Amino acid sequence: MSTIDGMTPDRAAHIHRTMVRIRVFESRVEELFKAGKLPGFVHTYIGQEAIAAGVCAALQPDDYITSTHRGHGHAIAKGMAMGPIMAELYGKETGACRGRGGSMHVADFSVGMLGANGIVAGGLGIATGAALSARYRESGQVAVGFFGDGGINKGTFHEALNFAAAHRLAVVFVCENNQYAQFTSRLRTTSVENLADRAAAYGIPGITVDGNDPNQTHLRSMEAVERARSGLGPSLLNMETYRFGGHYVGDAEVYREASEVEDRRQSDPIRTWERALSDHGIMTEVGLKTIWKEAEAETEAAVRYAENSPDPEVSTALDFVFTAGS
Amino acid sequence: MDIESDAPTRRMSFGQATVDAMRLAMREDKRVIVLGEDISWGGNFGQFRGLLDEFGTQRVIDMPISEAIIMAASVGAAVTGLRPVASMSFVEFTLGAMDEIVNQAAKFRYMFGGQVSVPLVLRASDGVLRSSAGQHSSSLEGLFTHLPGLKVVAPSNPADAKGLLRAAIADNDPVVYLENKKITAKRGPVPVEDYRVALGSAAICRPGTDLTLVTYSVMTGHALSACRRLAEMGIEAEVIDLRSLVPLDLATVLRSVAKTGRLVVAHEAWTFGGFGAEVVATITSRAFDLLQAAPVRVGARSAPIPFSPALEEEVVPGPDQIVEAARKVMGLS
Repeated sequence: MSTIDGMTPDRAAHIHRTMVRIRVFESRVEELFKAGKLPGFVHTYIGQEAIAAGVCAALQPDDYITSTHRGHGHAIAKGMAMGPIMAELYGKETGACRGRGGSMHVADFSVGMLGANGIVAGGLGIATGAALSARYRESGQVAVGFFGDGGINKGTFHEALNFAAAHRLAVVFVCENNQYAQFTSRLRTTSVENLADRAAAYGIPGITVDGNDPNQTHLRSMEAVERARSGLGPSLLNMETYRFGGHYVGDAEVYREASEVEDRRQSDPIRTWERALSDHGIMTEVGLKTIWKEAEAETEAAVRYAENSPDPEVSTALDFVFTAGS
Repeated sequence: MDIESDAPTRRMSFGQATVDAMRLAMREDKRVIVLGEDISWGGNFGQFRGLLDEFGTQRVIDMPISEAIIMAASVGAAVTGLRPVASMSFVEFTLGAMDEIVNQAAKFRYMFGGQVSVPLVLRASDGVLRSSAGQHSSSLEGLFTHLPGLKVVAPSNPADAKGLLRAAIADNDPVVYLENKKITAKRGPVPVEDYRVALGSAAICRPGTDLTLVTYSVMTGHALSACRRLAEMGIEAEVIDLRSLVPLDLATVLRSVAKTGRLVVAHEAWTFGGFGAEVVATITSRAFDLLQAAPVRVGARSAPIPFSPALEEEVVPGPDQIVEAARKVMGLS
């Protein structure tokens, strides 16, 4: 299935490494949550790694992304270190948001990660505004707004696409079509079969992509990013994927057959990509194992960092509501 | 900055004063941009007249009638280095952007652990203007003041309109700037110089000894006319124009109540669950011993603002209701 024909071996290996880091991190998060170590609740990105890894590899370090409630993968792919993400999930003072945001609000503006967002499609307008700002500042930055097949039915999706298209802003709207909007199949709720068709209403390219194939996610993103950066305006990329886990960890998943999930797990995007890397002589079996081992060590270090970190001081509970001295 | 009392002034409307403030802010700081509906044409109430000619379409951006993207784009621009002023002609239109106001603008700084500020201003026209009816007559400041992370101002006269807008644009946090429709065309002296009215500073616009009348926006004018009638009855009310609801200048109110021992709070917004309840509750719990009578609130009755002029007058408060409240708090009715 996967061939590697449009990217350098280094890029292909980098994307693989990012996918593995996300998978290992998220698997550990799932364990930690089930063990009662993490407050709140968590939505994991397992199964969708080829999207965050492929898209973010098409971006410059100062480009922007906005993310979703399922945002850990985007955070890692955009360059956030695992330690502060994990510490945020623990609600610790050393977390990326000093424990004030948690899983659904992981952000690091210094790497252009403008926030996971607990409101479905909430990031699309923010990304559009960031692109408006980039245009005005003549910075050449591109913004990517990640969302899902649930978000495509929000009014904010339509408002953002219309405005971005009308002003040819440098935004790439990446729909991670994982087939389920929370607990409901998109097929029961959505007017179009192919979500990319929605682009036509705004006069912009709408492209459907195999979201489990990094070759596709990366190369189609490169094209959309290039188009955006050169002033030709936004694109809608409909990346077809599948959510291996439930909506959140602990979801009883009564809305889908276990056999469907089992079936989809057979075509795991990471395993598929690894076969392609091996077939092209880019990675050896040993090399691949090393990547997993390194990701495990990095994740364990992040867990230790989080567990050894202090809770926020309760005396600071009202800090950051407003800007000090403002 | 305080305005020198002998500073040269020019008579202009509230709306023109806001244009003045916009122009000064945009000349001073290239990061200030404006996004709103119909603003190339000067806005519904002339609040943006002339800005397009001076600053161009890159900075004065006509937006689709899509309130969510007006607000979301403003948040996105604010967290990436600009200082947007978002405009919604009528405050009811902000309801189409409530997620962006409440869940994004107000919460970003806190939720992200202080790593970013959201320096934006949301301008919206509120209040009753003859028979605008249910969806164009509301005063919704209570929705905004309830939300941690938002600052809220509501000037009552052209001079404050200019100074508060300058301060709001210079502020690093999201500020909701409410401009009442009935006073947008009202003229008054406005200092020619550039100045800011600090957020959180109330103004005593009439000194008095018998009762404290706390108000803001359009009701300040009504309060002052009520005071003339009260004076004829021998009652001297002290009128405090809050100007800024968040942050709230509690010290000025407390000082006045310490002097008068009586409190009336008046706003055009609905009384029930309104901002007046917050002022009354705070003063009562902080200064119960200073009060010689139970505080009284003046506000709209609990109905959508009616179209019929007769009904509108029945629901919306004016000087009569303030006089009545003052007499009540004085034990005269």
